[in-house]
Amino acid sequence: MKKCLLALLLSSVSSLAVAEDLKPAIVYDLGTKFDKSFNEGVSNGAKRFTEETKLEVREFEPANDSQIEQAIRKMASRGSDPIISVGFSQANALTAVAKEFPKLSFTIIDSVVDQPNVRSVTFKEEQGSFLVGALAAMVSKTGKVGFVGGQDIALIRKFACGYEQGAKYIKKDIEVFQNMTGSTGAAWNNPSKGGELAKSQFDRGADVIFAAAGGTGIGVYQAAKDNGKYAIGVDSNQNHLQPGTMLTSMIKRVDNAAYDTFKAKMDGSWKAGVVSLGLAEKGVGWAVDEHNEALVKPYMEKMAEIEKGIVDGSIKVHDYMTNNKCEY
Amino acid sequence: MTACALELIGISKRFGLVKANQDISLCVPSGTIHGIIGENGAGKSTLMSIIYGFYQADSGEIRIQGQTVKIHDSKQAIALGIGMVHQHFMLVDEFTALENIMLGAEGGALLHEGEQRVRQRLAELSRLYGLEVPLDIPVNQLAVGVQQRIEILKTLYREARILILDEPTGVLTPQEADDLFKILRTLKADGVTILLITHKLREIMAITDQVSVMRQGQMVAHRETAATSMPELAELMVGRKIRQSVDRHEQTAGQVLLNVRDLTVRDKQGIPRVNQVSLQVAAGEIVGIAGVSGNGQSELLQALAGILPFNEGEINFAGQKLTPQQPVNAARMRELGLAHVPEDRHRMGLVLPFAAYQSSILGYQRVGKYNHGLTLNDPAIRTEYTDRAEQFDIRPRDPFLGSNNFSGGNQQKIVLAREIGADPQLLLVGQPTRGVDIGAIEFIHQHIMDMRNEGKGILLVSVELDEIMTLSDRILVMCGGVITGEVSREQANEQILGLLMANALDPNNQQGHSA
Amino acid sequence: MKAATLNKFLSVFLLPLLNILTAFIFTTILFLVIGIDPWEAAKILVQGAFGYEEGIGYTLYYTTNFIFTGLAVAIAFHAGLFNIGGEGQAYIAGLGVSLVALGLGSFLPPWLLLPLAILAAAAFGAAWAAIPAYLQAYRGSHIVITTIMFNFLAASLMVYLLVNLFSEPGQGMPASRAFPETASLWTWQEFMAAFGIEFAASPLNISLILALVCCVAVWVFLWKTRWGYELRTVGANPEAAIYAGINPKRIVMLAMLLSGALAGFVAVNELLGVQHRLVLGFNTGYGFAGIAVALMGRNHPIGVMLAALLFGALYQGGAELAFEIPSVTRDVVVVIQGLIILFSGALEFMYRAPLQRWLLRFAREA
Repeated sequence: MKKCLLALLLSSVSSLAVAEDLKPAIVYDLGTKFDKSFNEGVSNGAKRFTEETKLEVREFEPANDSQIEQAIRKMASRGSDPIISVGFSQANALTAVAKEFPKLSFTIIDSVVDQPNVRSVTFKEEQGSFLVGALAAMVSKTGKVGFVGGQDIALIRKFACGYEQGAKYIKKDIEVFQNMTGSTGAAWNNPSKGGELAKSQFDRGADVIFAAAGGTGIGVYQAAKDNGKYAIGVDSNQNHLQPGTMLTSMIKRVDNAAYDTFKAKMDGSWKAGVVSLGLAEKGVGWAVDEHNEALVKPYMEKMAEIEKGIVDGSIKVHDYMTNNKCEY
Repeated sequence: MTACALELIGISKRFGLVKANQDISLCVPSGTIHGIIGENGAGKSTLMSIIYGFYQADSGEIRIQGQTVKIHDSKQAIALGIGMVHQHFMLVDEFTALENIMLGAEGGALLHEGEQRVRQRLAELSRLYGLEVPLDIPVNQLAVGVQQRIEILKTLYREARILILDEPTGVLTPQEADDLFKILRTLKADGVTILLITHKLREIMAITDQVSVMRQGQMVAHRETAATSMPELAELMVGRKIRQSVDRHEQTAGQVLLNVRDLTVRDKQGIPRVNQVSLQVAAGEIVGIAGVSGNGQSELLQALAGILPFNEGEINFAGQKLTPQQPVNAARMRELGLAHVPEDRHRMGLVLPFAAYQSSILGYQRVGKYNHGLTLNDPAIRTEYTDRAEQFDIRPRDPFLGSNNFSGGNQQKIVLAREIGADPQLLLVGQPTRGVDIGAIEFIHQHIMDMRNEGKGILLVSVELDEIMTLSDRILVMCGGVITGEVSREQANEQILGLLMANALDPNNQQGHSA
Repeated sequence: MKAATLNKFLSVFLLPLLNILTAFIFTTILFLVIGIDPWEAAKILVQGAFGYEEGIGYTLYYTTNFIFTGLAVAIAFHAGLFNIGGEGQAYIAGLGVSLVALGLGSFLPPWLLLPLAILAAAAFGAAWAAIPAYLQAYRGSHIVITTIMFNFLAASLMVYLLVNLFSEPGQGMPASRAFPETASLWTWQEFMAAFGIEFAASPLNISLILALVCCVAVWVFLWKTRWGYELRTVGANPEAAIYAGINPKRIVMLAMLLSGALAGFVAVNELLGVQHRLVLGFNTGYGFAGIAVALMGRNHPIGVMLAALLFGALYQGGAELAFEIPSVTRDVVVVIQGLIILFSGALEFMYRAPLQRWLLRFAREA
């Protein structure tokens, strides 16, 4: 009994020590930290954590693939813990470093790394996309909706696939236009091209467009405003960017993923393993705020119904990445 | 002492390490024609550029009509009454004479009002000096001599009282040159001061009042033209005595080496540059091709060398019959025993950034003795080059020196040494002494003559009639792409050749060549 | 003679040094403006690039890539061609490497597989350069334009292949499956261990040796063989080349094939040496940096080597700088690189005239 007590005491002491020594760190995805989207979401979570705890977060923005591994390793050898690795392109690098530093905790966002000291956080983007797809179909008067992706990669096709399913769920014969901005990393930051793609989709009859394209989305939202049509934001709540013509935003709470990792590490509840955050876990969703409240009011009931269906499993949403096909 | 229209006192100018002008002093009396002679690189052009404001002198003083002036650009020079006619005309080809003359002196935003004034003034000037030019035809449709008159009119229109002419006869037929001199004399009579830059002694003797000689950046002598002679001037230019003749064996031509029949070369627009030319070159003779530059000689030479494809006719050489259907390249022609000293050594004969020894195998880089398995045999190439440098007196001898660091004459010797050294049956030579110092000219001429004396065939293209007449056994004259006549060595004189060059054996027919 | 030696000394040694120095002076000013201690920053940069084994490893690993692309640009330049397409050629070379590694990796022993993969890199890079070369030589389109366009084509093609063909289902990452163990070059660590020398782990691998061999080979080719002679003639004076009976079209093809092959070796370093799988954008930036490297290195293999080392050090030291000083973002590092390119490229001859005059006076007095 006494022994147990001692153990308890010791463990609480050690967890206390952890809290004081906590040296959190983030290695961002390629691209810039202030991308109004994915990286920035993570950065916001870190900021929130710093504001609450006054603990500085060490950050690094890699310029190329090789720097990713180098940076994670450097963070690790300086004793940073936990280390958040942002983006699917860091999986290999993290696998290597995690093996070298078994005592440290790592979290990777948007990918899965199967190591005993890595927590992998992925999102069920298809569910969030399904929701905004359904909303788009309900709002559309033309029976045509659009999708503008960033770089043409599997992850973005996952967004597109979920969106399409949601739209078709509401209206079987709805037309869904899909365009990817480009094939290089530059596709994440090309607002003018985004605007052009959006405009061409509007010209073909679409009246709602979902942009899953990082900084490129800004151009899509502008085009929607200029043409008096609707746009849907992504990752963060972007409703405020063009109030009135932003129908909603498909939100992916990467900020929570970052914040929770630090917080959990602090209070000792951090665990390795794979977490997939969907609608049920509030990891994805759609944004309603003062900017679009009036706009979406008529559809709130139906949306709640769909949400319920997804959470309880009565609506199945296919994940593109399970078989690299959008068949459902 | 007469008043100087233009006076230079102690002008010096250096470019990096080169002293282009050293302490040059000169007085050009008003209303005279003053010649400046010197070899290439003697500093004549630099001096003129300083007077015309292109360069600033490092030290020294310029006085115009007794007033000390600073000339920072050509605009200022024009304002001071200085006009310049460059060796390469500064005309806009597509513009008419009128437009060219007005250029930069439009006199108002609307061309129309200026135009009337210009026409009126030009009419006066033309009448005054006998400078008739058609005002409304684009200049590229006019003969070179006419273009030159436009350049002169341009300066006069800008009220030039001091006229600088840089190598003005380089592109003219002898008859055109005579016309030019007539104009210059009229100008002089009207009180215009003329500065004539040339390397042709004959012209100096014919037209100037005084002459100044430059050598290696320095003014080495001033002479009253009447009190000097060509040999004296030549000696002053070179700094030593010149042997004027070449060693020429009397011999009869041997078998025909090159037989060209009805050769036609068209340019990209389909215009024939060489038109139905037939000629033969036999062993042991030099066939000269005379003509004003730009009348198809270059194209003929290049077609024979395998550089330019030809459209019609045939070339028979070394037992091979070449036709447009079976084109060859320069490499193949060399293998057949043809060597070629191109007209423009900078553009073709040398690779300027290459070391001299590297330029010395241009065209022969695949020859066995220069290769050593997969790599070039540099030591062998250098050894051979050093030998040739000795034989042809190429200075400096350094094989590693960049080809662009040699003087024009020595560059030409590098090319000549290479092509003669390849021991060809037939040598094509274009402008062998263009831009070459007088000292080197005799040397080059002797080497060409030696080849002939040894029984090789030589086809010589040159715009220098003296050179053609000195070297050739037979002379063909080209004008407008056709051969307008053949003259034997004995018959040849400047009159006949000049008329043939203008395709105008009938002297009343002065039709231009480039219309 | 004396003047010529002075001139050579000037352009080969003094000018590049002064240019880099000027770039550093401007960097210092920049640092002072944004409130960073320049001395501290310089120390971190040098320390990061050369101060410890891992840093040296990274520096030399980047250097390897820059040597390949720098040589690629240089060899094309000697033929008077501006190959902007190193980026795309390296990318497509990655396809060649991956096809060999993934397709034959399970049958062939390493001693056969690796040379094959390296050859594939060269062949694919060369093939990708051959199309713009053909278009330039025989169809008259400009190589600068076509090579740039081929970079985009390469990027699109590779993304398509990676997303649709190579990627494994369920993997978010647009990358192929890992190469078999046999398709892996010795890391520098393993290589040195073979000699009993310890070296820290880093991406540096024996591609560096390939790069150095390429430097020597390019030098021999350009200055010691008749083909190199002909290539340089075409570059320096195309008319003289025709005069000499050289076919410039063939030289354009030859130069671009070699250039593409050299650029393709980036894939060897990146894929066989480091990533061991085909990944998206492994080529990013190296092709373009190669232009700057060649420019700085005066298109001479030794110069390219030194310039590549400088750029490698800047990449690695710059990353270190961004890591250590939060206010130095990686964009600042890009600015430093830009300054160096500006001063040693665009303003290359800024100091020439005054220096010449000064040297002249010096020589005269001495």
